[in-house]
Amino acid sequence: MTHRVLMGNEAIGRGIVECGCSVATSYPGTPASEILESVVTFCKETGSRMHIEWSVNEKVAYEVALAASYTGKRAAVAMKQVGLNVASDPFMRSAYLGVKGGFLLVSADDPGPHSSQTEQDSRFFAMFAKIPVLDPSSPREAKEMVRLAFELSEEYEIPVMLRPTTRVCHARQAVPLLEPERVARTARFEKDPKRWCATPRFVTELHRGLTAKLVRISADPRLVPAFFPGDDTVPRTAIVASGVAFAHTLDVLDEMELSGRVDCYQVKVPYPLPTEFIERIDSGYDRIVVIEETYPVIEMQLADRRIVGRGSKLVPNEGELTPEVIRGVLARFLGLAPAPAAGGSPEPGARPTLCAGCGHRAAYYAISQTFPRGIFPGDIGCYTLGINLGAVDTVHCMGAGISQAAGFYHAYAQDGADFPTVVATIGDSTFFHSGIPALVNAVSQNARIIVVILDNATTAMTGHQPTPQLGTTASGEPGRPVFIRDLVRASGVSFLREVDAYDVQAMTGILREADRYCRGGDGGVAVIIASSPCVLAAESGAPQTVQAVRISEECTGCRECLDMFECPAIVWDEGASRAGISQGACNRCGVCVSACPTQAIVMGQGESA
Amino acid sequence: MRQRIIISGRGGQGVLTLTRVLAEAAMAAGHEVITTETHGMAQRGGAVLSTIKVGPFHGPLIAPGEAEVGLFLHADNLPVHGHYLRPAAAAIVNAVNLAGHDFVDADRLAALAGESRAANLALLGYAAGKGVLFAGADLFEQTIRKTTPAKYLERNLAAFRAGIEAAR
Repeated sequence: MTHRVLMGNEAIGRGIVECGCSVATSYPGTPASEILESVVTFCKETGSRMHIEWSVNEKVAYEVALAASYTGKRAAVAMKQVGLNVASDPFMRSAYLGVKGGFLLVSADDPGPHSSQTEQDSRFFAMFAKIPVLDPSSPREAKEMVRLAFELSEEYEIPVMLRPTTRVCHARQAVPLLEPERVARTARFEKDPKRWCATPRFVTELHRGLTAKLVRISADPRLVPAFFPGDDTVPRTAIVASGVAFAHTLDVLDEMELSGRVDCYQVKVPYPLPTEFIERIDSGYDRIVVIEETYPVIEMQLADRRIVGRGSKLVPNEGELTPEVIRGVLARFLGLAPAPAAGGSPEPGARPTLCAGCGHRAAYYAISQTFPRGIFPGDIGCYTLGINLGAVDTVHCMGAGISQAAGFYHAYAQDGADFPTVVATIGDSTFFHSGIPALVNAVSQNARIIVVILDNATTAMTGHQPTPQLGTTASGEPGRPVFIRDLVRASGVSFLREVDAYDVQAMTGILREADRYCRGGDGGVAVIIASSPCVLAAESGAPQTVQAVRISEECTGCRECLDMFECPAIVWDEGASRAGISQGACNRCGVCVSACPTQAIVMGQGESA
Repeated sequence: MRQRIIISGRGGQGVLTLTRVLAEAAMAAGHEVITTETHGMAQRGGAVLSTIKVGPFHGPLIAPGEAEVGLFLHADNLPVHGHYLRPAAAAIVNAVNLAGHDFVDADRLAALAGESRAANLALLGYAAGKGVLFAGADLFEQTIRKTTPAKYLERNLAAFRAGIEAAR
């Protein structure tokens, strides 16, 4: 069997292809983005046919894949954990109605969190919806569980969740590759209004069926935890762990020279927890510690006073369960001396910043300079980094910026006509995802706000997935482009301007005009589309303007360009006590010329600092 | 063979590529290997960390004080990620000059090789040349050949070899 080093997300993508899945959908989000990309790669590599799409958002992705399963074909949908919040409506009901072809939901959690607005536990969501969830501890196991998930889903006609975490998604490991299964199925939707259209009078019966499925699943012998017996050194004591926290627990036990000393269980299906396992823990042990990320899902189902874990506060209730945290937990649980703390407290590292030449920086600079007393609701994407530039005041969830802008306006406008200028910023992909309903709402509710759509012609932060405007599918086939300007106009917006984001002067003029419109007799929502292709996206289209800059003798060393503009290509020249341009890093966008209060940044090639 | 390696740098310096080369090389040498890396917002110039565990490990993370080798693409990351190293660890830093550390100007070596973005491979070459890694330079060179697109291969190899040379 051939092996290949795969990232966890690639292993999951490979598993989806190997299982003969017919439809795969997703919306990008760290740590899940590479799953669908790998589905594309492995379909091409193995000559598999599949409909693969970057859907406009997770709710849509879920519904598209779900209907494909109704036809008897296998279908998969992948997202990050907060994406499941967006998809929660179809998700909850799909448990009651069930599925036909195997239906896999991948919801990638982010304990820590490293790149998310919460560290919520999708396993809790599975429990809430009453569907089974599998919790892989490594890329290899994640791929095996994809197969198990499809099989369970088909057997019990229920959606099955695979819940990897960041340390599985972004781990790399040698993974065995199998030939894709050729599942020859033709689409066949059997109409059954009592099920697929279930009105309330049918729902209780469907719910009864769901409960019965869960009882059968919790007795399924394939789903019992893996047992690693100890040698009775520590009698009637058990360690119960799941996910990557289980893998780290094994390493920590090894480090503590306790491997094979204490009974250890790896739970692979945290919900529904196998009945036999609950009984075994109940009768076989006096002391049990549960190590799982990030909420006490297993612990709650064991529901026993002897259990120590998050309930007893032995396991911290927040943050990632890193090896050092697990070591502390086990040392206290087993009554051993804690490990000596490793040297000193680390410093925080460099904070991320927008790239040199990023059009977002130019747009943000214009916004913050034009409205020094403005309120700036922001959104989710690279442009969240506008926080560094003082041009993002709120970051909540996908699409919230426009709605929050309207909320700020209504609250201030009640107090009088002198309301602050409210400027919401939102990226192109996020606008498609959930900005459209917010814009329609703001217009129809008479909000007087400015919305700046930062269009960089890609979904940049998650690795440059196409947006609907590009007219390219996930597989690189031509699709039909849907234009942002058309959607804005159709939302009832009468003030719409488009501008090159690099043109700070033009942008400033349009912002002032927009503010006058908002405050005028017939004012409402003003929309500005500020375009500038992402500097990291090779295929983002239009060539960028090229104008080299240098710093002249006029520089007073005021640091405005370093602190307020924060371009990585502007550096502090210690010797000269003034700013300098790092020519290697400079993108030659020329925007910084506008950012110097003493006009010391000028066009022209200079020496590299 | 058991070796725990951290790679520390800034988003955009090629930490992910270097992680992949080390993982592929470990597999080619017949070792078990598991790694983890930083994705998302931090990739935009923030401090990023990868871990590589070669040998019979299960989880990808390294606890503070455990790493035997540290490759630092940015000297400013020493106080950020240095605590992952064990006291006797081999730490190699990309720097023009850094008293008290084993350093190499990988940026300059890469620029001279005609590929300024290959400082990561120059640093790898230096570490391989110093013999601190789980495998010798030949294996890493084969892995670079296997994983690099043709149009970058020659200059990337030149940067890698310049690193080896600098270690002599």
